[in-house]
Amino acid sequence: MDEATSGGRRNGSGGALQASLMRYIWTHSRPQQIWILLVVVVSLPTYFLSLDLPKQIVNGPILGKGFEHADAHTTWLRIAIDVPHALDPSGTLVLFPGFELDRYGALFALSAMFLLLVVINGLFKYYINTYKGRLGEDMLRRLRFELIDRVLRFPHAQFKRVKASEISTMVQEEVEPLGGFIGDAFVQPMFLGGQALTAMVFILVQSVWLGGLAAAIIAVQFLVIPRLRRRLLVLGKERQISARANAGRVGELVEGIAAVHVNDTSNYERANADARLWRIFEIRYEIYQRKFFVKFLNNFLAQLTPFLFYAVGGWFALEGRLDVGQLVAVIGAYKDLPSPIKELIDWDQQRLDVEVKYDQVAEQFSVDEMLPPERQALVSAPVPPLAAPIRVNGLSVNDDSGATLLERVSLEFAPGERVAIVGAVGSGGEVLAEVLAGLMRPSGGRVCIGDTPLGELPQAVTGRRLAYAGAETFLPEGTLRDALYYVLKHAPLRPPPEADAAASRTNPGHLDPRADWVDYASAGASGPADLLDQTRRVLNLVSLREDVIGLGLRGEIDPDAQPALAAAVIELRCELRRRLRASGESGLVETFDPERYCRQATLVENLLFGTPVGPAFAPAGLAGNAFLREVLADTGVDRALFEMGRELAGTLIELFKDLPPDHPFFEQLSFMDAEQIPEYRGMLARLGDFATAEADDRRRLIRLTLAYIEPRHRLGLLDEALMARLVEARTRLHQGLPERLRGSIEFYDPDRYNRAATLQDNILLGRVAHGAAGGTERVVGLILHLIEEFGLQDAVLDVGLDFNVGSGGKRLSVVQRQKLVVARALLKRPDYAIFNRPLSALDPVGQREIVERLLAAAAGSEGPPFAAVCVLSNAQLAHAFDRVVVFERGQVVAQGAPDELARTAAVYAALAG
Amino acid sequence: MLLKDEVELLRRTPLFANVEPTRLKLLCFASERVRFEAGQTVLREGEAGDAAYVLLEGSADVFIDTEGCPIRVATAYADEIIGEIAILCDTPRTGTVVAVTPLDTLRIGKDQFLRLIEEFPEVAIEVMRELAGRVVRLGAELSEVRARLCHGGEPEP
Repeated sequence: MDEATSGGRRNGSGGALQASLMRYIWTHSRPQQIWILLVVVVSLPTYFLSLDLPKQIVNGPILGKGFEHADAHTTWLRIAIDVPHALDPSGTLVLFPGFELDRYGALFALSAMFLLLVVINGLFKYYINTYKGRLGEDMLRRLRFELIDRVLRFPHAQFKRVKASEISTMVQEEVEPLGGFIGDAFVQPMFLGGQALTAMVFILVQSVWLGGLAAAIIAVQFLVIPRLRRRLLVLGKERQISARANAGRVGELVEGIAAVHVNDTSNYERANADARLWRIFEIRYEIYQRKFFVKFLNNFLAQLTPFLFYAVGGWFALEGRLDVGQLVAVIGAYKDLPSPIKELIDWDQQRLDVEVKYDQVAEQFSVDEMLPPERQALVSAPVPPLAAPIRVNGLSVNDDSGATLLERVSLEFAPGERVAIVGAVGSGGEVLAEVLAGLMRPSGGRVCIGDTPLGELPQAVTGRRLAYAGAETFLPEGTLRDALYYVLKHAPLRPPPEADAAASRTNPGHLDPRADWVDYASAGASGPADLLDQTRRVLNLVSLREDVIGLGLRGEIDPDAQPALAAAVIELRCELRRRLRASGESGLVETFDPERYCRQATLVENLLFGTPVGPAFAPAGLAGNAFLREVLADTGVDRALFEMGRELAGTLIELFKDLPPDHPFFEQLSFMDAEQIPEYRGMLARLGDFATAEADDRRRLIRLTLAYIEPRHRLGLLDEALMARLVEARTRLHQGLPERLRGSIEFYDPDRYNRAATLQDNILLGRVAHGAAGGTERVVGLILHLIEEFGLQDAVLDVGLDFNVGSGGKRLSVVQRQKLVVARALLKRPDYAIFNRPLSALDPVGQREIVERLLAAAAGSEGPPFAAVCVLSNAQLAHAFDRVVVFERGQVVAQGAPDELARTAAVYAALAG
Repeated sequence: MLLKDEVELLRRTPLFANVEPTRLKLLCFASERVRFEAGQTVLREGEAGDAAYVLLEGSADVFIDTEGCPIRVATAYADEIIGEIAILCDTPRTGTVVAVTPLDTLRIGKDQFLRLIEEFPEVAIEVMRELAGRVVRLGAELSEVRARLCHGGEPEP
């Protein structure tokens, strides 16, 4: 087996993460850990002083020790050092004579000192905690980045084995507790260990026997407890794996929810979820039992020592082997011992927890045959075109299970050559395409470009000079523009437009995602402006341009940012009306006129006469809008609408009362639900006139009328008089709009661009008449025609590129996604374009059109010529290629020019029909 | 034209003559009024059918495509229903219908139409009668064509 093709023998050394968490932390944060330790040490003296001071205050000024006489003084802050007699006859050198203070003075001085120490302590604590937190987060950022970097370098086959949601859980959730630990990783054991050691030494000095006793019990704690924890470690690991598996399954559930619904397997999934959660519960329960047992044992051992001190120490004292003062001192010192020991044990517990987590994650991310970082090195310079042919030599590919997918295939693809690969599904062409794209590794044989094995070329070459488009498409959430230009983003080529280097948080050496990454040159453009030309070209090639223009028409623009387009839209609006009038079709669109009621629009559209911005005038809460109610009341329209609503409700109830709720006619009943009919019936029965009706009933009846369109519903409820009054209310609404509601509605104005409405609504500024057959198609067709005529197609296309494709690109159809992936493969102007059943979702006619244009482009009709290797799902399209390769059962069974092949090879003739 | 006028029109058609007015009103409410200009295509042969049309005013020609050459087979007038075959048999449209004059129609969705037949045997019978009539007409035309073919096939004396 020849591994050379798979990117060199040394790939395996991509290697593991640091073996242990402690080592990882030490390697990456040594200076910081030492610094924090120093700060802690420096903070200790003030800490101990502040513990000592209260005793001095109580004993000194308060209890009067040293103040036995009424005019006694004490010296405070005297600084003196002992020196040899040769320097000073008195034996002490006084650096600062200190203050002479009386009892009250001493009390306040010491109290003030205490306050000062408290403040200093607090500041130390503040600094240490912040520093630790920062250190932890910084390490966490580094670790997460390293994990993501590893994901980017995983060999492709790895992704068949791991679930996306498991990886994301590991990167985000599982390493999270590490952050809290990292700051304490070294400081805590040093600090607590030091405390414990001091107390221990003190006890030993007082009494070797008692000291030995205490040491023995501590030794038992340190010997027994880790043993008890072994099972805890195993459980911790299990807990993590089961939690991760659960996250993975939930992720799969979401992605495969359609299969659950169409097969009624939701209860099976519930059962599985329940079983998993029970398992997690059991593990956790066992963990708790053991953890708290260990805690209990710990506490018991800690309490055992004082018992022994009292019993044994007391016995010694009675025997006269230990004086009472010593015993009291030992017991006093012992009070300081258990809490650092306990905390030390807690720290150790935490260490174990996070080490398990780290080991688990490190294991998952230590994958063999990871891509070496050099293959993904950043290359900012343009990569020269590939002039050499692709040579496939004795290529064999096996899948995970060992089945042969390709067997000793030898082929050559010359630059500029257009090759069709045909064969039944699974006959091997798809696998060859995936190998050429580097998505699959050869099991044997070689694939070279010129003389260099494909696997040894950096991705800067393969990712720019080769293009690949398959049938499976996944687009990350973002705009259409992002999805298209994604293939051009290899390196940050220009600094971000707002070059605020100071505000940029990115470290030197890190790459700034806000920079302009688009490689215009490789798309054959010089900048953003003419990149649009190339974009239009490739979108045209895959017949996607009309779709994007359609999306643009349904998109919104900011007229302040694009005043020229907004002005052109207004012009277009007038021209559309002129055209409709000229062709005698002015009845097709009823335009919005501030002075007139638009019969084709709903009643509420006529009332607001604008696009709601924000929640104030949104349809859901409209009937509750106080200002609107006020306007309706002032103009008396509310009474008219109330009567209209009553009539409407009466008619609807009369029509629908006897129908079962699942009757298809209810689909047409847009005003109310089938369940609401009895409610309205009851309401109509108890309702008096407008004046006596309850506010809620009034509101409900008025709300009923809001969706009414006379030509659509044809109930004859709207007469000229009412329409005139509604227009009057509209005017009132516009003129009296209070300050706070100013921005919440964007009025229709024949002379202005409406920033809250779509481009198409802006062009139309009206409604297509109901009941005119094919009216909407006719009007949209005319709008598209006018856009071309006005030369606005590129501007609208540009708006369409801002369309958000949704999660996974799901707001586009499968066909649109497949076209998009082909378009962007061509956008980067590759030397070799590899297509793997790229347009399988299209109808045969659409496929033929696109493949023909693609072949023309490959021949150089629109730019530099390129080689196209195309695995076709429809073999009938193969005849236009330079060469056809026929696959059968993983082998090449025939190849040659299509005409010749049609005569000589029966297998091709059969495929191509 | 208001809903109640449409109801009046429908009541005059043989298909709906026996359906009670409130039901007709409901049918009208659930249906859509669609207006075609003269020359506009109402149905296209081969397309999937999702609705039937009751002609309220105007007339329309029915064409059947024979090897690229459309042949006019009938003309439909006000009060007639068109497009019901595709709904009843779940087949593509069997012919193309083009408006001759401005054409006012009531478009009844597939579900609504099927429900109507289920609930009103009178309507079902009328639909059957209409279809049977067409079969008779077609049979007559077929035999005429056959006779002509036989006649044309013989050598002229």
